[in-house]
Amino acid sequence: MTEFDVVVVGAGPAGSAAALEVARAGLSVALVERGPFPGAKNVFGGVVYGRVLDELIPRWWERMPVQRWVTRRSTMVLTPTQALTVDLRAQDWGQAPYNGATAHRSELDSWLAEQAVAAGATLITSTVVTGRSATGVRTDRPDGDIAAKVVIACDGVNSFLAKEAGLFKAREHNTLGVKETLALPRAVIDERFGLTGDEGADFEIIGCTGDIPGGGFLYTNKESVGIGVVLELDGLTAAKVRPEELIAELKAHPAIAPLVRGGELVEYSAHLIPEGGYRTMPELVTDGMLIAGDAAAMCLAAGIWLEGVNFALGAGMYAGRAAAAAIAKGDTSKAGLAAYRTMLENSFVLGDHRRLRDMPGLVLSERVQRRYPGLVCDLAQGMFEVDNAQPKPGLRKLLREARRTHGVRVRDLLRDGITAMRSLS
Amino acid sequence: MTYPERDFDDRMSTVEFRVGDRPHITVDQDVCRSCTTQACVHACPANLFVPTAEGGILFNYEQCFECGTCYQVCNQEGAITWTYPDGGHGVVFRKG
Repeated sequence: MTEFDVVVVGAGPAGSAAALEVARAGLSVALVERGPFPGAKNVFGGVVYGRVLDELIPRWWERMPVQRWVTRRSTMVLTPTQALTVDLRAQDWGQAPYNGATAHRSELDSWLAEQAVAAGATLITSTVVTGRSATGVRTDRPDGDIAAKVVIACDGVNSFLAKEAGLFKAREHNTLGVKETLALPRAVIDERFGLTGDEGADFEIIGCTGDIPGGGFLYTNKESVGIGVVLELDGLTAAKVRPEELIAELKAHPAIAPLVRGGELVEYSAHLIPEGGYRTMPELVTDGMLIAGDAAAMCLAAGIWLEGVNFALGAGMYAGRAAAAAIAKGDTSKAGLAAYRTMLENSFVLGDHRRLRDMPGLVLSERVQRRYPGLVCDLAQGMFEVDNAQPKPGLRKLLREARRTHGVRVRDLLRDGITAMRSLS
Repeated sequence: MTYPERDFDDRMSTVEFRVGDRPHITVDQDVCRSCTTQACVHACPANLFVPTAEGGILFNYEQCFECGTCYQVCNQEGAITWTYPDGGHGVVFRKG
């Protein structure tokens, strides 16, 4: 049996950040990945926010494999025949120290794992951890058991380690993300999205998933775009619509079609997303084990914010530090590892998640999904429609009409507004 | 305008699979025959669950995304046994 101080299960962003911090503390660490290389099993909605890496890798932006730096961030509300977009352009985000970047996970996750290896971690690929043992973890390799004082479970949204520990909750608001990567010439992307050089665009979309709670996304790579939908599993089950049909509908929308026209499918992909956030997180610490990243439901799906890799990186970093500190003290029990939770609470990881804990439910609610998109689009259309010889209608009249059309009561509007404001303030 | 949608096989041919010998997901036909929803048939993004004339479900593990949707939407206890493929096998995403 091989022995390490720490074994990290899963070489995604959480796992690599954890292994990096353990190795830097001077301890031995195995980083076990079931894919043939890190990132092989991973799919995301396109954007990584790297600020948390400032703490781990100085001037990371000079070396991290990115596709484009996001300088255009659009939030779109769609109905079948309307689109209302809040379109932010921030040129600052196109230069150091940058903000968000589009990337391919095969490249991003491999690079992150390389940083851990450079610090001294041992990366073991093509190996499935099949469960915990008395001394560490079992794997599917012959004689492949690994002994370790602490296990850091970064084994993703279907975490078998969390399941085995009885910590895996039946997750409300789990969603299925399906994505098409469509090749387009770089100059065509630049022209259609109004971009220059390494600038990139990220569109997050609501109102494009029919009867199914969810949303859509469209973002630019160097020479391709990623487009897809995110679908709540219960709604998907009830609707009996196939996921790829909803991508086809989004691609045919009059506001989207001109952007993706002629794109050739180079990869179709899918992944589950733990969108429930704070309210669906498992216990994060048990005897000898910490849980981080998607395994701990750390994706933030809070309407205008859609993040995950940054939370995984942050949680992994704190998990690595807590594991190293516990080993140094000689206490890797649940109590000895409890500093992990404290570090998360004092950081953005649980700070954001806790504050925004009611947002996933609101964003996936029937009103936000099926009534408000039509309401705000009708309101905007009413304001800009010139109906002479009639004088312009007042905003109050427009709102009343839109509310009636879409069956929205004032008190629901107020209640949802308060929930949103309480979360955002 | 609308797009001519690609044949589903063409769609799946864009994805790399290193198919292992062991089926990592198995489906219990007897349980599926009594299932009224068969949610897996619509929800699986790789379209791997095919209803049979006898009311069962035909399943092919080879082009699986390993996403977990099938067992999470399944409402029949024990119908789907779900594990990961052996190390190094299964789907390999390049543009994920």
